[in-house]
Amino acid sequence: MFRLDDVSKSYDGLVAIEHLSLTIAAGRTTVLIGPSGCGKSTLLRMLLGLVSPDSGTVSVDGAILDAANVASVRLRAGYVIQQGGLFPHLTARQNVCLMANHLRWPPERTAARLAELAALTHFSADRLDRYPGELSGGQNQRVGLMRALMLDPEVLLLDEPLGALDPMIRFELQEELRALFAQLKRTVVLVTHDLAEAAYLGDTIVLMRRGRLVQQGHLAQMLEAPADEFVTRFVRAQRSHLGSAGAS
Amino acid sequence: MMRTAWLLLSMLAALAACERRDTAVIIGSKSFTESVILGEVLRGLAQDAGLPARHQQALGGTRLLFNALANGEIDAYVEYTGTLGSEIFAQQRPQSQRDLEDLLAARGIVLAGPVGFQNNYALGMRAIDANRLGIGRISDLARHPDLRLRFGNEFMDRADGWPGLQAAYGLPQRDVRGVEHDLAYRSLAAGDADLTDLYTTDAEIDYYGLRALEDDRGFFPRYEAVLLYRADLAQRNPGAVAALRRIVGVVDESEMARLNAAVKIDGRSESAVAATFLAETMGLRTTLRTEGRIERLFRHTREHLLLVTLSLSVAIVVALPLGILAARQPRAGQYLLGLVGVGQTIPALALLVFMVPLVGIGAGPALVALFIYSLLPIVRNTHAGLTGIPPALLESADALGLPRGARLRRVELPLAAPTILAGIKTAAVINVGGATLGALVGAGGYGQPILTGIRLDDTALILEGAVPAALLAVGAQWLFERAEGYLLPAGLRAKRIQDPAHPL
Repeated sequence: MFRLDDVSKSYDGLVAIEHLSLTIAAGRTTVLIGPSGCGKSTLLRMLLGLVSPDSGTVSVDGAILDAANVASVRLRAGYVIQQGGLFPHLTARQNVCLMANHLRWPPERTAARLAELAALTHFSADRLDRYPGELSGGQNQRVGLMRALMLDPEVLLLDEPLGALDPMIRFELQEELRALFAQLKRTVVLVTHDLAEAAYLGDTIVLMRRGRLVQQGHLAQMLEAPADEFVTRFVRAQRSHLGSAGAS
Repeated sequence: MMRTAWLLLSMLAALAACERRDTAVIIGSKSFTESVILGEVLRGLAQDAGLPARHQQALGGTRLLFNALANGEIDAYVEYTGTLGSEIFAQQRPQSQRDLEDLLAARGIVLAGPVGFQNNYALGMRAIDANRLGIGRISDLARHPDLRLRFGNEFMDRADGWPGLQAAYGLPQRDVRGVEHDLAYRSLAAGDADLTDLYTTDAEIDYYGLRALEDDRGFFPRYEAVLLYRADLAQRNPGAVAALRRIVGVVDESEMARLNAAVKIDGRSESAVAATFLAETMGLRTTLRTEGRIERLFRHTREHLLLVTLSLSVAIVVALPLGILAARQPRAGQYLLGLVGVGQTIPALALLVFMVPLVGIGAGPALVALFIYSLLPIVRNTHAGLTGIPPALLESADALGLPRGARLRRVELPLAAPTILAGIKTAAVINVGGATLGALVGAGGYGQPILTGIRLDDTALILEGAVPAALLAVGAQWLFERAEGYLLPAGLRAKRIQDPAHPL
């Protein structure tokens, strides 16, 4: 679906992505993971043309992403960021239907799709007319998800969608997301810094460090055949202390 | 949006120009009582000849009146020969009335003849002080360097005023300040000042017990009141010239002082005093346009609101796109913000006077000045509102696939609305206050009673302008705060409410 060829990007001399090549398969869930500042969010935003590489190319279905096709690529993708990125001046309903209204969908079609999505994301319909400021973090994240899915996109991109939620809600939403991804059968690219979440949600994990790709594969591969010492340290650091806490 | 802006701008221009389209004879007067009375006499004379006539009362100082006459904004007014020679034609130095007539003719202006009195400059102080200090002549002042001198603003600046006088007599006083001339009289009466400039026909000389000092070196020129009118008036309206010329030779010095006193001391209106004079000396019956206090208040409110709303509307239509442009193009934006900032720093008075040669007198210059003053708060707040939107929200809008125009309309402008509205509110409140200055160039509004009130020392009249102006400013503030309730998207007003029963 997505293909990055020798892509580099830096901000004011600060390297975000360095000579990175990666292929993201269609119909599967790919998780980008790595420590803060490793370039995983920048990479995700490159897929939508929100950030353009200094060198190298990003292609979508074989076509190089450029100013001419970026608009159509964005319409084929849904994008969710931390805390939803919801517009505070619009209600949940207006946020979700913004693009459909802009594209002049017939009201019946919009309403039907909205009902479908509310059921899919377990968002109760009586809260649709509240503003983001009147909803909790978890609810806002569901609204963000609905907004991303409104146009029934082929691709769903999520940038730390659960990052700002408290652990119990986070756990619950992780389960829901997994079920959702299985149901949708779409290409999903998700950014997280939590290895457990990555392993739970992803078919493939892409581990990044300082703008470079370190290892790509399953968690098991990273445990059994780490590409380098950093992979081992990263995995160890992310493993719960619960085991050792329980043993003592 | 730009088309609406042009439409409104051309409306402004048309409004400024339309005052001159009709065929009425337009009389002007300077902003002091004698000039206004004579203006009313001229209006009465034109009216008696069956001509539609209007009087642009108390327009301003000599330059403004003379330019208005030269540009055809007004058709006639009464000027003083000394002022013409030393102020308007200072470089040409006319030596005789003949020279003066030639210079005026070259500007398309006819000097019709003397009205019949001289109103010379003099210096005056309280008679008791003059006796106590032994001052009878201007040269005596050299021995009293500590005197507090308060002159009318025009006298402070004119070549034939204080600068020339100080040089001619070698006067040593240092505490010299320019004030509104009528205020100078009052501070003299109150003992806050020792000396001021007088006009020899001023009613206040007797009233305040002042003494005019002898000009022993013959510094002050003779100020003979003369009628000036535009040469083309004879073709446009031959009857008007004959009618206006009837003022020549009919008002002598004591008559003028009496008329001044009737307004300034007895508190009658200039129109009434002029009408009585015309009836008594020429047997003319002029219709006196009397206006009650309420009616006058309504007129001033109407004029004031027109100035404020029109200038503000045009400013909004122009400033919003400018603010958007400034936010979109950061480099150009800095220049743009600087430019409208400079517009704000031009003193209101200077701006008004600048505008007179360009758009004439009346509402035009006031509208343009208020428009310029309204730009900064709106442009700056639009820019601030748009650049202050969190980048994550803009990225969300882009990621959704919203094109730039739709992003601006559906996301950016609503989010910036509170800031933009605050800018418009600031502009409106500034405008309500600023519009009072419009009266200086004949735009009317609440400034009119304030100016007239200062001139006539009539506190009630000052309040008649000041109180509604203050109320209007407070009202505008209140109105905009109410409007915020309706105009702002509800989500921006709502407080964050957590629902503990349903955390998800």
